[in-house]
Amino acid sequence: MSQGTLFDKVWDLHTVGVLPSGQTQLFIGLHLIHEVTSPQAFSMLRERGLTVLFPERTVATVDHIVPTENQSRPFADPLAEAMMQELEKNVEQNGIRFYSVGSGNQGIVHVIAPEQGFTQPGMTIACGDSHTSTHGAFGAIAFGIGTSQVRDVLASQTLALAKLKVRRVEVNGSLNPGVYAKDVILHIIRKLGVKGGVGYAYEFAGTTFDQLGMEERMTVCNMAIEGGARCGYVNPDQITFDYLKGRDFAPTGSDWEKAIQWWTSLRSDTDAQYDDIVTFDAADIAPTVTWGITPSQGIGVDEAVPTADTLPASEQPIAQEAYEYMDLEPGALIQGTKIDVCFIGSCTNGRISDLREAAKVAQGRHVAQGIKAFVVPGSERVKQQAEEEGLDQVFRAAGFEWREPGCSMCLAMNPDKLQGRQISASSSNRNFKGRQGSASGRTLLMSPAMVAAAAIAGQVTDVRELIAH
Amino acid sequence: MGSEIQSSEIQSSEIKKLTGRGIPLVGNDIDTDRIIPARFLKAITFDGLGEQVFVDDRAQGQHPFDQPQYQGATVLAVNNNFGCGSSREHAPQAIARWGIQAIVGESFAEIFLGNCLAMGLPCVTATPAEVAQIQQQLLSDPQTVLTVDLEALQVRYGNFTTPITLGDGPRQMLLSGTWDACGQLRARASAIRETAGRLPYIAW
Repeated sequence: MSQGTLFDKVWDLHTVGVLPSGQTQLFIGLHLIHEVTSPQAFSMLRERGLTVLFPERTVATVDHIVPTENQSRPFADPLAEAMMQELEKNVEQNGIRFYSVGSGNQGIVHVIAPEQGFTQPGMTIACGDSHTSTHGAFGAIAFGIGTSQVRDVLASQTLALAKLKVRRVEVNGSLNPGVYAKDVILHIIRKLGVKGGVGYAYEFAGTTFDQLGMEERMTVCNMAIEGGARCGYVNPDQITFDYLKGRDFAPTGSDWEKAIQWWTSLRSDTDAQYDDIVTFDAADIAPTVTWGITPSQGIGVDEAVPTADTLPASEQPIAQEAYEYMDLEPGALIQGTKIDVCFIGSCTNGRISDLREAAKVAQGRHVAQGIKAFVVPGSERVKQQAEEEGLDQVFRAAGFEWREPGCSMCLAMNPDKLQGRQISASSSNRNFKGRQGSASGRTLLMSPAMVAAAAIAGQVTDVRELIAH
Repeated sequence: MGSEIQSSEIQSSEIKKLTGRGIPLVGNDIDTDRIIPARFLKAITFDGLGEQVFVDDRAQGQHPFDQPQYQGATVLAVNNNFGCGSSREHAPQAIARWGIQAIVGESFAEIFLGNCLAMGLPCVTATPAEVAQIQQQLLSDPQTVLTVDLEALQVRYGNFTTPITLGDGPRQMLLSGTWDACGQLRARASAIRETAGRLPYIAW
C-alpha cells in the first residue's frame, strides 16, 4: 500500500469518514459540470427534494454540444438547444457559477478550470467526464464520475470511493525534437496497455516531467484514463506555481506565500512507498500515431502496423478487429497513410501551446488538396490569445478553418463529424470505433504538430522532416 | 433540515442474488462509445436508451442483443476491460434499460464499475477461462438460467459453479441496499462541513 505520496496526503486530508461499506467518504473541493452528464443529476436532486450543499464549489460551462461555426441561439440542433436551456435553468435555480458561450470564459471544461486558476494543487476535483484526470497536472487528485455520482457531489460535496493504488510512472531524459507530451502519453499507454492502470492512480515523475510545461503535463494527465488509470498527477513545483501566479482564482498577496508552502508540502516524500514503479527513457519516444481502435494501438511514425504474430496472444483479437475496421495493412508503414480530415483541438491538445506548435508546422505551407483541416481552440481565452499572436492568420493562410471553442469532433456531439469511412488525423484522445461521429469513421491519434504535418502532406508524415527545415 | 431527513430515508433495495437467462457478448475493450454512441447523449433524461444500446454494432447484424434467443436475458457475460473510455453513465443505463440486471466479466473499467454500483447494477468478475465457459454455455444453450449470488460469491447454472469476485465495499453496499449512497452521504452534512472547514485551501 502506498505511503507518503501526494495521493495519500490529499486523500487523507479530504476524508470525511469511513462508510459502513468500508468505502471512504471523500470531500470534493472542486466540482465541474457541463451540459451532458448533469441534467439527470439535477432531476434526481429535485425528485428527492434536495438542494446543492456547496453551490460555490461547483463551476459550470458548456462544451460538448456547442457548434464551432454558428453559435447563435437558439442552436440549430433543437436537442442541443434543449440541453443548453436545461443547464441554464439548473445553474440559475441552484446559484452555480456558469461560463456560457460569449462570456469570454467559456470553453472545454478541462481547459477553462486550469486557465482561470480554479484548479490548484492539493484539491480533490470531480467532473462527469473521464478526462477530469487532466487537472492532476497541478498535483490535484482529479477523476471522472458518472451522473449518479454527480448527483451525490451536488447533494453532499462528497463521494463514496475505495482508495486507489499508486504507480509511479517515471520518464527520464529530454524529449527529442518533434516529440511532444502527446507522444509521451501514447508511448506510455502503448507499453502499459489500456487496462494497465485500472485500480491505480498514476504519478507521472522523472526528469522529463520536471522539464514539461503545465499544458504539456495536462496533455499527459488527460490521457491517464486511456491507460485505465482514473487519475494521474504530477507533483507541484516551480513550473506549477509560475503558471498559477496571477490567475483569476489563484491566491494573492501574503496568501500566495502560504499557498506555495502548503503546495510544496504535498509533494510525494523522497522515501514515499508506491504500489508499483515503472520507468521509461525519453530517448525511446518517437512521434507516435495510433493505427487501431484503442489508444494503446500506437506505433512510432517510422514503424509499420504490427502483424498479429508479433503481438501477445491476448492482444490479437482486438488487433484483428482493428485491421478490419481501420482497413490498414498489417506490416505496412503507417507513414504515407492517406488522410481525409485533420482536427486540431480537444481537452487533450486544444491549448495555446498546442496551437503554437501546430502553427509552426503550418507557417508558410498549405493544406493538401482535398483535405478538410480545422483548428478548434479549447476556450474563448485560448482563441483570443491565439488571435492576438496571429496564429489564426497563420492557420487561415495555410488553408485551415479557424473555429469557435468547444469539444468539436473529439466526440462529435455537435455538427463536427466524420462522414462515412473518412479517416482523420486527430489531436484528440480516443480512436474508438464510431467515436468521431460516423459509425465507420476512422481516427489516427497524434500530436497537434503531427496533425498539422498530415494536413500539409495529405497523409501521415513524420513532423521531424517538416520542422528540420 | 427537513430535506436531509427525507434524503436519508431513501433506501435503495437490497441486491443479494439475481437469477435469469444470460447473454454472451464476446470481445475485449468494449468501450462506452460502442455501448451508447455520443449522438444519443443529446438528451436531458436517460429515457429510451435501452433501444439504442450497441446501436452501431447491432447495425452490422448478428448481434446478440438482437438475436431472438437472447431476448429477455438479464445476465450479461463479457470479457476484458468492459466499459472503458468515457464516463457516461448513459452506457450502463442503456444496458440496464435493455433489461440487464447483472454483468459477469473478466474485468471492468474503473468509472464504468462505479457507475454500475451507483445504479445498483452488480458487476462481478471471474477468470478468463470461467467467463469463456459461461459464454460458451450461453452460445450452445441460450435457455440456460444463471444465478449470480452475491452472498455466496458464485455464479451457478446446472451443475456448474464458479467463484466470483466483487470488492468488499461494493458488495456490502449491494447486500445492504446502500448502493445509492446519496442519502447516506448527505446525512453526514455536519461532518462534511467540518472537513471542509479544516481544508487549507487558500484562495476560494
